[in-house]
Amino acid sequence: MKLYEMTLAELQALLAKGEVTAREVTEAFVRRVEEVEGAIHALVTFTPELALSQAEEIDRRRRAGEPLSPLAGLPAVIKDNIVTQGIRTTCSSRILENFVPPYDATVVEKLKKAGLVLLGKANLDEFAMGSSVENSAFFKTLNPWDLSRVPGGSSGGSAAAMAAGEAAYTLGSDTGGSVRQPAALCGVVGMKPTYGRVSRYGLVAFASSLDQIGPITRDVRDNALVLGAIAGHDPRDSTAAPLEVPDYTTFLDGDIRGLRIGLPREYLAAGIEAPVRQAVEEAIRLLSDLGAEVEECSLPHTEYALSAYYIIAPAEASSNLARYDGVRYGLRVAGDDLISTYGQTRRQGFGAEVKRRVMLGTYALSSGYYDAYYLKAQKVRTLIRQDFDRALARYDVLLTPTTPTTAFKVGEKVDDPLTMYMSDVCTVPINLAGVPALSIPGGFHQGLPIGIQFIGRPFAEGLLYRVAYAFEQSTAFHKQRPPL
Amino acid sequence: MKLSKEMVEHVAKLARLSITEEEVEQFSVQLSRILEHMEKLNALNTEGVEPTFHVLDLKNVLRPDEVKPGLPVQEALANAPEREGQLFKVPRIVEG
Repeated sequence: MKLYEMTLAELQALLAKGEVTAREVTEAFVRRVEEVEGAIHALVTFTPELALSQAEEIDRRRRAGEPLSPLAGLPAVIKDNIVTQGIRTTCSSRILENFVPPYDATVVEKLKKAGLVLLGKANLDEFAMGSSVENSAFFKTLNPWDLSRVPGGSSGGSAAAMAAGEAAYTLGSDTGGSVRQPAALCGVVGMKPTYGRVSRYGLVAFASSLDQIGPITRDVRDNALVLGAIAGHDPRDSTAAPLEVPDYTTFLDGDIRGLRIGLPREYLAAGIEAPVRQAVEEAIRLLSDLGAEVEECSLPHTEYALSAYYIIAPAEASSNLARYDGVRYGLRVAGDDLISTYGQTRRQGFGAEVKRRVMLGTYALSSGYYDAYYLKAQKVRTLIRQDFDRALARYDVLLTPTTPTTAFKVGEKVDDPLTMYMSDVCTVPINLAGVPALSIPGGFHQGLPIGIQFIGRPFAEGLLYRVAYAFEQSTAFHKQRPPL
Repeated sequence: MKLSKEMVEHVAKLARLSITEEEVEQFSVQLSRILEHMEKLNALNTEGVEPTFHVLDLKNVLRPDEVKPGLPVQEALANAPEREGQLFKVPRIVEG
């Protein structure tokens, strides 16, 4: 097996035994990027020299007998809306095309302490707004399982890089499904933690009450390792929860006897394609065989979630994106006066989807409409949250498909924003409720990955990893690699 | 139902976004989708329901008022499109 096909845990074992150096591992991933990047275009910025020098430093520390984290020396790719000091961070937008952050995101600082080897920054839909990376201002990323199809989005670059073996692990961000949906379409594992589990300091804000950073990895164990390294309180993020971070790997014992799994019927309604439905049904059988009790339940306000999200997220985005005005950083297009400088800068700097959401959000928050639109949507959000609270009081976890379909073709949905939005129907309610959810490989259809989603109680990521691991270890989906 | 031209131009002004006549027309159609979303949400009775602005129970997260180092000026200016000395330079704001 090639080094770039291995899991974090497998690579870490080789490093610990001294069978391979971090430099050799990094070289293998660098070569892999050189081999496949031309086909998938997952990276906005590729930093091989930096990665090799970081790897050498880890090797030096290991030779000196220093204790090292399990992630030390293993190359990572980070979504390009997470700031990395001294390394261009663009959000795949023209307005930040040459922006070089003067600071690291908290998650980057934590990973550096754990021995980060940064291989590159991953492509995304501009400002994380989209479900296919077709909204990137620079180029499209393609699905390693079928190069005529999208990898999903907005963390499509991270998911494609992970699937293709361009990194040992990756980070994405999730506001309405942007970690889970691309993980599902690319056949890898993606976790959106509980809101507040991971610091948002240094994550370029899209919708502040919904955004979370999450790992996209080869398998469940790797995901648990990375989440453990990036989670935790942060005084620089006043929305980060002041809660201890458990060792998530201790939940990987494969025992789910007696676990109560709820199946919200609204998530298996019309619109879910037959092969996806089948994958969920097979998962139910397998989980029952492993001793879990699976029962249908209801989240009655599910049908309102997309509408609430498409008021709340753009509203928050319009406020967060007001900072891109050409004054202190980013693109500036000079106008006749200050106001027209703002107008022209944003006109040229933002892509169509970003402009659409900024306009929508501005309208929803404007005087005379705030109460009727934004406030009303936030009340509906409470009802959606209460649905989850009630269901998760009766059941330990909920099981749903991650997406209604497998990966769609490039260009298939980009002209109809409404159909594109529907690909988020199983993921969006989770962000509104703030609960954690994990997508793992649940099957294949005609060579394309299918993801299944487990949803848990707030701060119960450990339980999610337990059930996902038990399922994963009884299947071989996570062992498959794209024919690239 | 479409949003009026005046409303679209007003929203664009609030968003500090320059748009063309053609875009006014496009946005007029696209923004009206909001109305469709709202129609759906208005079907729900939310009387007595508190809005959820934040899912966590955190309030007034403060720290002691101690001076801590901030971003050095040179780093803060490093991405400036136009600067003069220690200042970001912008077009004139006040007339006269």
